[in-house]
Amino acid sequence: MEFGIFVVFAALALAGSLTVVLGHNPVHCALGLVLALVSVAVFFLQQDAQLLAAVQVIVYAGAVVVLFLFVIMLLGVDREETLHEPIRYQRPAALALGAIVLAEVLFLAGRTWATGTPSARGPLEEDAGYNNIETVARTLFTDFLWPFEITAALLVIAVVGGVVLARRSGQPAELVDEGDAATGESGTNAGSSPSERAPAGGPALSRMAPPAASERDTEAAS
Amino acid sequence: MIAALELTANHYLVLAAVLFTIGAVGLLIRRNVLVMFMCVELMLNAANLTFVTFARELDDVGGQAIVFFTLVVAAAEVAVGLAIIVAIFRRRRGATADDVHLLKG
Repeated sequence: MEFGIFVVFAALALAGSLTVVLGHNPVHCALGLVLALVSVAVFFLQQDAQLLAAVQVIVYAGAVVVLFLFVIMLLGVDREETLHEPIRYQRPAALALGAIVLAEVLFLAGRTWATGTPSARGPLEEDAGYNNIETVARTLFTDFLWPFEITAALLVIAVVGGVVLARRSGQPAELVDEGDAATGESGTNAGSSPSERAPAGGPALSRMAPPAASERDTEAAS
Repeated sequence: MIAALELTANHYLVLAAVLFTIGAVGLLIRRNVLVMFMCVELMLNAANLTFVTFARELDDVGGQAIVFFTLVVAAAEVAVGLAIIVAIFRRRRGATADDVHLLKG
């Protein structure tokens, strides 16, 4: 029974990951990723990691893949990618490298080398009174408390960084306001070309250069 | 017949190795940045599966705690990475990684 479940979900995980690699449409790739991630969550369940299985489904198959799909739909990238290779023989080299890595890792994983101290950080299954969530939570909030706090900071930084990066920084009005506040003179030539604006200098104006270039690109494209 | 076979840690480790390799090869052969990103997620998941397998094998809760942190880091990575992709798309209408091989301001 247990082996049968493993075989079925291993096949599903492999099918999903191959869909990610070989799919032509990025939406199909994202759905293959969902399949692979949910299959891995089943393996987590089989190995007494109930908390991680739930987190995997919620965070990965839920949030992350939805974010992927959202970006795919937002950018409209569901079109074919080119087969042009700037680096010659990169794909055959990649396949050969993959075969080598596979052989190497299978050689390492195919034998029982589970060395190390058993239960160095604490046993996985304590007394019968604790379930998996309580065990992991006890470790997270005692041994791993400091990494846990750093993780919170990391998430905040990532969210702020994501907002800053994805913000539509090409809006002229907002940038003109910033320039006004900093230099007090850029508002007069805000509508002029970037080449005229560049010699004016100033730290605020150097920030304005990339959006101006993007405006120029979109004008050239249209 | 199937029930007679015994499920060992090696099965999980081999599967994780195969998943990791598929992700690595996909990262090298694909040109779409979003798909390359998905391949990175696949590799992270294979590593997570290995961690959980060894946590079970050694009866150590540390492996599962590490996987927890890996999940968080992967989520942060996706947030920042997708924001970078959106920013690149805004500059130039292309999804291929070779378009951004020059470091320009």
